[in-house]
Parts: sequence; C-alpha cells; structure tokens
Amino acid sequence: MFPAQLTYHRAGSVAEAVQLLSDNEGAKLLAGGHSLLPLMKLRLAAPAVLVDIGRIEALKGISASDGGITIGALTTHAEIASSDLVQQNAPVLAEAAALVGDPAVRNRGTIGGSVSHADPASDQPTVLTALGATFNVTGPGGDRSIAAADFATGLLENALNDNEVLTSISVPSVPSGAGSAYVKFSHPASRYAVVGAAAILSVSGGACSSASVAVGGVETKPARASSVEAALAGSDLGDAALDAAAAAVGGDLSGDPMGDVFASAEYRRAMAAVYVRRALGAAASRAG
Amino acid sequence: MTTRIFGSGIRRREDPRLITGRASYTDDIKLPGMLHAAILRSPYAHANIRSVDASGAAGQPGVVAVYTGEDTDGVLNGLPCAWLIPGSDLKTPAHPPVAKDKVRYVGDAVAVVVAESRYQAEDALEHIAVDYEPLDVVINPKAAAQDGAPQIHEDVPNNIAFTWALAGGDTDAAFADAAVTVGDTITLQRLIANPMEPRSALAQWSAATGELTLWNTSQNPHIARFLTCVVTGVPEHKIRVIAPEVGGGFGSKIPYYADEAITAFCSMKLGVPVKWTETRSENYLITTQGRDHIEEVEMAATSDGVITGLRTTVYAGLGGYLSTASPGVPTILHGLMYSGPYNIPNISGTVYGVFNNGCPVDAYRGAGRPEATTLIERLVDLVAAAVGQDPAEVRRKNLIPKFENGHDVATGITYDSGDYESALDSCLSAAGYEALRAEQAQARADGRCVGIGVSSYVEICGLGPSQVAGAVGFQGGLWESAIIRFYPTGKVNVMVGSSPHGQGEETTFAQIVAGEVGVDVDDVEVLHGDTDNTPMGWGTYGSRTTAVSGAAIAVAARKIKEKSRALAAHLLEAAPEDIEYEDGRFFVRGSPDQHKTIQDIALMANVAWNMPEGMEPGLEASAFYDPPNFTYPFGAHVAVVEVDPETGHIDLQRYVAVDDCGVQINPMIVEGQVHGGVVQGVGPALWEGAVYDDDGQLVTGSMLDYALPRADLLPEIEVHSNSTPSPHHPLGVKGIGEAGTIASTPTVYNAVMDALRPLGVTRVDMPLTPEKVWRAINDARNGG
Ligand SMILES: Cc1cc2nc3c(=O)[nH]c(=O)nc-3n(C[C@H](O)[C@H](O)[C@H](O)COP(=O)(O)OP(=O)(O)OC[C@H]3O[C@@H](n4cnc5c(N)ncnc54)[C@H](O)[C@@H]3O)c2cc1C
Repeated sequence: MFPAQLTYHRAGSVAEAVQLLSDNEGAKLLAGGHSLLPLMKLRLAAPAVLVDIGRIEALKGISASDGGITIGALTTHAEIASSDLVQQNAPVLAEAAALVGDPAVRNRGTIGGSVSHADPASDQPTVLTALGATFNVTGPGGDRSIAAADFATGLLENALNDNEVLTSISVPSVPSGAGSAYVKFSHPASRYAVVGAAAILSVSGGACSSASVAVGGVETKPARASSVEAALAGSDLGDAALDAAAAAVGGDLSGDPMGDVFASAEYRRAMAAVYVRRALGAAASRAG
Repeated sequence: MTTRIFGSGIRRREDPRLITGRASYTDDIKLPGMLHAAILRSPYAHANIRSVDASGAAGQPGVVAVYTGEDTDGVLNGLPCAWLIPGSDLKTPAHPPVAKDKVRYVGDAVAVVVAESRYQAEDALEHIAVDYEPLDVVINPKAAAQDGAPQIHEDVPNNIAFTWALAGGDTDAAFADAAVTVGDTITLQRLIANPMEPRSALAQWSAATGELTLWNTSQNPHIARFLTCVVTGVPEHKIRVIAPEVGGGFGSKIPYYADEAITAFCSMKLGVPVKWTETRSENYLITTQGRDHIEEVEMAATSDGVITGLRTTVYAGLGGYLSTASPGVPTILHGLMYSGPYNIPNISGTVYGVFNNGCPVDAYRGAGRPEATTLIERLVDLVAAAVGQDPAEVRRKNLIPKFENGHDVATGITYDSGDYESALDSCLSAAGYEALRAEQAQARADGRCVGIGVSSYVEICGLGPSQVAGAVGFQGGLWESAIIRFYPTGKVNVMVGSSPHGQGEETTFAQIVAGEVGVDVDDVEVLHGDTDNTPMGWGTYGSRTTAVSGAAIAVAARKIKEKSRALAAHLLEAAPEDIEYEDGRFFVRGSPDQHKTIQDIALMANVAWNMPEGMEPGLEASAFYDPPNFTYPFGAHVAVVEVDPETGHIDLQRYVAVDDCGVQINPMIVEGQVHGGVVQGVGPALWEGAVYDDDGQLVTGSMLDYALPRADLLPEIEVHSNSTPSPHHPLGVKGIGEAGTIASTPTVYNAVMDALRPLGVTRVDMPLTPEKVWRAINDARNGG
C-alpha cells in the first residue's frame, strides 16, 4: 500500500495539463484518484509523473447545451446523482451515478476518470453508450470528439492519445416521454457492476418507437445491444415482447467474454439477459 | 453513586476515544530515531530458494540494512507451535521466521529491508533478487493428504501433521442399526479475519540495559512476551510487551508471527527502534486465516427422528506451517463439541490436520465450534427431511433436557448448565415460527423461493481450566489474575493480564468492581495490555476474558470487601461479624448511621494511622483464578431468506437470535457482541471466502474481491436472551464473544437449503454466492 517514488505536478489549466503530459512520457492524469491510487498502492501502476487536474475549474460542472447537456470531466458521481439538469435530460445517468460504490467514492470519483479508466465493471460507460454520448477531448493539436461506443478500446484501455485530456461529455437529451432505466448486479465486495444494463425506450401509439440498450460488465467494454433494440422496434413492449428481446442479447455479446472467481463468463452472459430484461421492464413501465 | 451498575447497559467508556479517532494504536507510536522495516515476501506458494541476492537493495536511498535468512538463521529460533495435541502423532516441522531454503505459501518472509522511511524500504525491496525453483502446489486439504500430493515438509508424509480421533459410545453399531442415515460433505472455506487495524510491531532494544520493548498488536501480550523470549533468546524478565489500543483481532492476533521476531531482530542488530506495520494486502496474505475444513459427515437416527449416532472425517487445512495454536482448533475446540445441544449417545470422528500451500490457519472467531455446529445443524436438518418432520420439532425431541449443574456428553466433556429447549421456544416464539411456516407455504404456492433456517447450539468457551489445558497439550495455563488497588482518594485501578481489544471489558470490569464493593463505576480504571504493569495472564480469546479474568476480579473484589469490613469494624469499634455492608457502606448492624464508606476505608488503609492489630496497610487485593470448568453458552437462532431463482441472489430478510450467556453484566455489550458475531457468521454463509488458485495465488487478495458483510445487505438483527447462570462461575456469567458467529453460519445455510429444497437442490458449497446457487438450481432442473 506504498506507491513507488513519483513526481507530482498540479496543472492549472487544460493546456498546462496537455503540456505536462507531452513533456513527461508515461505521465498519468490524476482526477478523483479512486481508480488510479488503488492501482498505485498495489504497485500495479507506477507512473513516474502524476499530473493532477483536480483543481481545473473549467473541467467541472453540468450545463445545458444544444439538444442536451454537457458534463465536465471532473464532475463527481454525487453531483450527477443530484443534478436537476441530469434528471430532466438523462435521468438514467443520475440513476446509475447513485449506484456507484459508496458515498465516499461518489463524492471523489469523477465521470471523466470513470470513463477514461475504462474498467468494464463501471456503470457510467454503459449508460453513456446507451445514451449515445460524445466525449470531448483536448490534445496538443486541438480538440476532437469521440463517440461513447468508440471510447473504450479494451480492458482498461481507451482511445485517448497519451497527451490528450478528456474535457467533457456531451449527452443528448432522451426523447420526451421516453422511459429509461439502469439496473445493476453489484459485486458484493467492490460494488462494481458484475452486470449492468441500461435501456431507453420510447412508445408511440402503443408501439416501441425507439429503443436504445447497452450492457456492461460482461465483456471488456460495454456493448450496445443492437439485436435487442431490433427486436423491440415496433413491439408492444408487453412481457412477451420484452422476454424475447432480452433473450436476443446473446447475439450482441460475441466479443471477449470475461469471467472471474465470483462470476464466470457463462454466468455473466446468462445474467446479461436477465438484467437487460429487468432494465427493459423498468424502462417500459416509465415510458409513456 | 449507584451500585445497581452491575447488570445495566451503561455505555462503553472505550467508545468516545475510539469513535473520535483519538485512540493510540501501535502504528501511531513514533520513537526518536525510529527506522522502518519492509519485508520481502515470496510470490510463490511453494518453491525452493536457490539464492537470495540482497546486494542491490543495500545502496538504495535511505536503506540502513538488509537481512535475509542467512542473517537470522541461528540468531532467531524457529516459531513455536504451542498446542501439541497428545496422541495425535503431531509433527512440528521447523518454521524459520525468515525462509532460507524453501517457501511454503505466498507471503512467506524471505528478506527484510530497514530504511529511514517505509516508502524507501518498499522501493528497495524491488532490488532484492531471489532465484526460486517453483514446486507443485496443493491447496485443497483433502487433496493435500493423498498419496502423491506435493510434499510441503520433508518429514511430514502426505502432509498430515496430525491425526486426532474421538470416540464415545458404539458408533458403528448405531449406524448399523439405524432406520435412517443421512450424510453430506461440508466445506467450511478459508476466511480472512479482517480486523480494522492491521498487525504492527515496534521493537526497541536497549543495549545499555539488555531490555527489549515490543509494542505489538496482540490479543495476549503475556504470551507474546513468553514467545518473544523463546524466539529471540532475550530473557523473559527483560522483555516488555505492550499491546496498546488493538483494533480487533478475531483470533488473528493470538499467534506469534515471524514479523514481530524480525522486527525485534532488526532493532537488536541496529540498536535503534524499528517499526513494521502490515499493509492490508499483507494482512490478506500472511495473517492467519480461519476454518479450511472439508467435513465428510453422517448422522444416524430412528424413523421418528431420534438421533442415535454421528460420524465424521475432517480434513483441516493448516497452511504452510503450524501457527501458534492451530492444532487445537480443529480438535479440542471442534470435535469435543460434536454432541451440540443434543443427546447423541454414539459419536466418533477423525480429524486430519493437513499442511497446504496457503496462509497458516489458526483460531478465528468461534474457532472450531462454527465448524462443528454447522455440520451438526446441517445433519439435523437432513434427518428432519428424511423423516418428514419439522426441523424445529426434530431439534426439540433431541435436545438435552434442562440441567443446572453438569451434564456429560459422549465426547467426554461436561457441560456446565443448559436450558436448550427454553432457548428454542423463545426463539421460535420471537420469530413467530408457525406464522413463518404458513407464510412460506403461501409463498411457495405463489412460486416464490422462501426458506426458514433454525439452529440450536451450545459452545465451549471461557477457556481453562489449566489442568485440562495441560491434558490436551496446550503449552500454557488458562487461568487469569487481577489486582485491585485502592488509592487514598477512593479511586481504583484494576490490573488484569487479559487484553481486551474492542470487546468492552474496560467497562464491564469496572461494573464488576462497582457491583462488588460499591464504588462509583467512574472511579474504577481498568489497566491491561502492558506486561510491565499488569499481572500475568493468558489473554483474550475463546470468549474467556469475562468468564475467567472477570472471575479473578470478582474474587479479588471480595477480598477487598472482607478487609474493608474488618477495618470498618475496628474504626466503628464493633465486632467484624456485626458489620453489615450495603451499597459501598459498612455499618454496625441496626445502626446504619454509624458507618464507614468504602472511600473512608480506602483513605484509612492508605494512611494507616489507625489500623487493627496485625492488619497490613493498603487496600489492595489480587486473585489468581483458575476455572473449575469451561462455560457453555447456548441458544437458538432463526433466519428467513428468499432466493431469486433467476439470478441465485439471496435476500436475508429476518434474523432472530436468542442467546443464553448466563448472568449479563452489561446487556448492551452482550447485544453488541451477538450482533457483530451474527454478522461475522452470516458472512461465510453468503459472501466471504479466501480463494486460492491452483498455483496458490490468493485470488481474493483485497476488499475488491473478498466480500465482507455490509450493513445494507443485512436485516435488523433481532437479539433476545435468556439467562441460565453458570453454576461454577463466581458471577454466574458465561462468554458471549463468539456465540453469534457459531450459530449464524448454519442458521443461514439451513435457511437457504430450505428455500432450495422444493427445487430439488441438495448441495451447494458455502459461500452461497449467486452463481453457485443459480448453477445448483439449473443442475437440479436439468435432473442433475
Ligand atoms: C471502493 C470503490 C468502489 C467503486 N465502485 C464503483 C462502482 O460501483 N461503479 C463504478 O462505475 N465505479 C466504481 N468505482 C470507481 C469510481 O467510480 C472511479 O474511481 C472513478 O469514477 C474514477 O474517477 P477518478 O476521478 O477517481 O479517476 P482517477 O482514479 O483519478 O483516474 C482514473 C484513470 O483515468 C485517467 N483520467 C482521469 N481523468 C481523466 C481525464 N479527464 N482525461 C483523461 N484521463 C483521465 C487517469 O489518468 C487514470 O488512468 C469504485 C471505486 C472504489 C475505490
């Protein structure tokens, strides 16, 4: 529990953070520290340089933007859980934020750190995938955007270059009248998601007019459940329709299955269908 | 001033300092010139050490010294095992504090770096090169005992450290004649104790005086001093062990570890204080774990559900080495309790103590008794199912009838007092058992998977007597002593050799003194944990502190009272037999106005201006108390669960406990002990388990994977109690530290199995994690 020797810098701005990353090979950004510091204490990570972005005001807060909201990378889970803007535009994000870890984790952990860490057992990456969010990034060459579905590239790997900073996340508002839900199978020890499922459903004239579903925890990155979405399209969202749609999630899980001593790959796959079904049920009951 | 304080649920005086973070633990202590040790640990579970090259670490920043097994060999003695079970062919292979030739579990110490800061010491560890030759690994204790298993110690064939057998009655005949026999294989998985405070040692050697002071996270500082003497060779009277605030132990701070020996070695080499504090990761790897049983068990009964016999074969994993008390746990503290609260005329058992390539196993809250109670209670449920009767009724018909002073059971021990049926009745009525069964029937009809678990238990605690300790090979005594010292102002110090570390005895011991001699409870301060200012004692474990140390205090307090009576008689110019006592006042019979308070007496005894002929000055008494028997608390618990068959999740919905620990000194503390104990036993039923992979790597190496119980996963624990005094204890008390843990594992396990029975599930190993339950349900559905 004693991290290796390192050099610590505090960045005053995004530009300075980008500069420090560029100047120090192998440097790591430090946000809330709730994912990075445990790794360092276990000496599973030993960055020679830490660039603390925790006090950059420009990275904090939630604001309304065109067609949705923009969430600064340093916004904590607790802030998201209690934000009216989030509640109005993407309530499923607040629902998931409230299920992250425990109060201490929610007060320190940030959404930017959560998605950048790209731990498949995290909650928000799954929800942001279902929401079709966009990640805004600044690097030495300027700004760019990355779609949520493309951001995680594998287990603890993301699409950022070594000298890029995730600055904010743009979340489109869910369609008015849509019902959404995030349900989670919490690991009894860590509270991370063994399986997490997010669903956003809209109904029009008694039929499902749009469906967006994602599932996390099962593979090395969240999966958009397009087979489930296809099965839902035009359905009446009754029990039989939801059962059939949830069962289709197997078709969306072809990639790298994960398993561990607590939950095998086979079990996670089975639970994906169960939790997708529960998310669909909850979302359908809220739609209208 | 009130003397009604004995028996009342006053708040714990320990809590303000603990809750506000003002307590001082070993790691809080900083001495001038103190250096820090970090220990290099084997990454292999089983390997020969070809070479250790520590030269790379020596020049690292801040590094003062690096030592390996070459340095400690011949200077430090091996770590002793202190429970040598007779008649078991016990092997005690060498346990060097620093491994030199071979490592036997992940975490075995290989080298130590002493540096100016812990960070520097940790960084330097990475510069020590060890050449290992990995060997085959075995973890499962039954597999370890088979021919051809990797041999962990040269001189221990089949890794069997001991074979302990128990026989009472004629078990073979009982099984041959039985109308009903049931059997099961029960795994009690390894558990990690997880005290909030990890272990720590701070050693200060004084070359000038030849004295060694060791601050140590110990449940038994006097034993730690004794074993420090054995391992370091420093004479016992030149060693002072101080257990300052100790943040929980649950048994894991009973043993004497390599780490404190290494820390002492470093201080003695360097002549400066050296501190080592365990990281949480180290705690998971090296601090003794609990249980690790594979139990093959059978019960015989009549067609009416009357139990006639019990037979067991148990493989008890010991880890890579014998820990201080490990042989006694799966034998004396386990097998002797096979009768439970029942009349079982024929009992036999064989326990194999088996080395395996895991962390050493030793006492963990309940120590041996949860392992016994679980197998008994599981079998009783199987008998109930086999004869088609309600599990509570089968228990009732087999319970030993009420007894007040001694009952012999087939394992050869004598329970002190018991009223098991009343405990069962109280629990069933508190739980509303009949209504619960009706609700369950309805729930099942609705397709829900609801289960009710019942268990009755009795446990053995309050360890000694010393004579028995000797007879069963415990290399020490099991008495306790106390000194009560009154000062001129009437204030009191109580000094004890036991060493409470969270259980609340600073409060209850003061209540005992207040109750006996009528001082205000706040005028009594209880001192413990420092071998220099406390009398000899054997420590805090086995729910013995109140039962044994508390008895010593009561006896000493009664001596104080008798001396006070004699002095009061002298001062009041009356005959001692005419002096009456009430609420801290001594008065002449019939004239309560003519009195001396205990404070008056304390003042006079201390100034000694006017003492009776031949009476020594001072008001101080000591007592050595060796109990005539163990104490045997008991009770009955009920749990209600609902299983989600789609996921295998278990929802523990209700938990009702009725415990009988005799007379209660402080009911609030009793309730707290039961509450925590219950939770600590629910953990292994549902969540907890230390898992090693085939290479002997601890897979559940942190709190990320090792699932401790959490408040939001538990219902309100409904705690009730009965009171059947111990006939032999001066205050009638029994222990309550472990009762909850002993009862709750089988109660919850039985509840889940009850829920799953209609689905055809007959076996699931603990912990009952969702996947295991889900698989068991699917297998049963598929006819498996
Ligand atoms: C006990 C515990 C329980 C937890 N339970 C859950 C849970 O149930 N669900 C869940 O989803 N999470 C859980 N977490 C994780 C928690 O949500 C994350 O720690 C947190 O969201 C990560 O954010 P952080 O600010 O702490 O990141 P840090 O730890 O500071 O950083 C994490 C990684 O992201 C990088 N990084 C951080 N910010 C940026 C940025 N702006 N741009 C680029 N890279 C960046 C860092 O360099 C580092 O590699 C838990 C954590 C703990 C300790």
